[in-house]
Order: sequence, then structure tokens, then C-alpha cells
Amino acid sequence: MPTPTKGARLGGSPAHQRLILANLAQSLFEHGKITTTETKARRLRPYAEKLITKAKRGDLHARREVAKVIRDKDVVYRLFDELAQYWTERPGGYTRITKAGNRKGDNAPMAIIELVTEPVSSNTSNKKTAARKAAKAEAVAALAGETEETPAPAEATDVAVEENVQHADDAPAEEKKDGDK
Amino acid sequence: MAVPKRKMSRSNTRSRRANWKAAVVATVACPQCKADKLPHAVCQTCGTYNGRQVVEV
Repeated sequence: MPTPTKGARLGGSPAHQRLILANLAQSLFEHGKITTTETKARRLRPYAEKLITKAKRGDLHARREVAKVIRDKDVVYRLFDELAQYWTERPGGYTRITKAGNRKGDNAPMAIIELVTEPVSSNTSNKKTAARKAAKAEAVAALAGETEETPAPAEATDVAVEENVQHADDAPAEEKKDGDK
Repeated sequence: MAVPKRKMSRSNTRSRRANWKAAVVATVACPQCKADKLPHAVCQTCGTYNGRQVVEV
């Protein structure tokens, strides 16, 4: 069962919040980038990303589910047939929120929420995590090398048999995955 | 109902208000244009954040 959102609704009532979020999502998919208050942007992100997940599925049912929220057919078409292709490789994180200072009139913290349409970069821009991962892999390889060297001759036959069994298990599982796709 | 017995002196009023102080807004230098900007926010001068052009200037 979905957990209800804690705290006050945006705009005061549940109906008003639904309308605000739907309108924000429609504007986001129409323009690709919108400026709003940070609170609304933070509430919009999971909402919009669920719609994008439906758009990636792309079937008629998903299209009707999205059309329940986004009333403009042009925007639904744009989301499904123009934007969805950008996210085929991306496993979530389709939007980006950047803080943009405080608004002049009421000092409300503003944010810019935009669709992430760049292709997923395989070269990790985060050098720290990449270095850490490499170090870990090296450590694991070193440990594996040490353990294998000493008892390898005695257990070589057993390992070979086990590997065969594992391969036998893997093959049907992979076929199933392909079938699902 | 509790009510004030005496008028509050100007001295008392002023010494209370003397503690209303404005805090300095914390800023950092933008890595792109070196202008002051709010931390963890888009630079208002050059419109970049984290090496990416977020706002057109």
C-alpha cells in the first residue's frame, strides 16, 4: 500500500496539490527546464520520474496512465515519442534539481528542475569513487590470487566440476531474461 | 488577564532592539567567474553550477 505524503499539501488541499503537481509535470515535459520553489521541485521529482518510467515502457496502457495526469495530448506525445529515447540507457535519475537562490518578492528558495537528456557517461566523472572502486578490485584480485595459489592443484578438478554446474544453471536464466525483454 | 503595569521606557525598548542584528550571508567564490555566490546554488553572475551552464545569462 502506498504511504501517504507526510506534512501539509502544496496549495492547501489534496485536490490543489494534485493540480499543482500535474501542471508542473506538464510544464517540465513541455519546456525541459522550469524554475519553481525548491519545495515544489523536490515534490515534483519523484512524481515526474514515475511518469518517465511509464513513458519508457511506451505501451498503450502506460500512455493512458500518463494521459490521466497530463491532459495535453501534444505533451504526452512529446514525452513518449521524443523524450523517452533519451533515457533508454539511464536507470533512473531522469531529472536534476539545482538551487537558484531566493526569490525577490517573498525570499522563497527557488530551484531549477530540468530533464537530464545527456547520454549516460561510462567514464565516471566522479574520480574519487572510481579510484576507490579500482583499489577495491585490486585488493580483491590480490586476495583471490593468494588463496588460489596454495590449494589450487588439489582442488582443481572439483572447481572445474563446480564451474560446469554453474554454467548449466546460468544458461536457462539468461534465456529467461531475454524472453522477458 | 496579565497586563503591563507601567509604560516601557525608551531605554528598555532600545536596549531590547539593540540585539536585533543582521547576519552576514555566507558566500563562496564561483569556481568559474570568481564572483560571490550562495554555496550549493547557481552562480547569479555566470549562470553555471558544477561546471555546467544551468541558466542563460
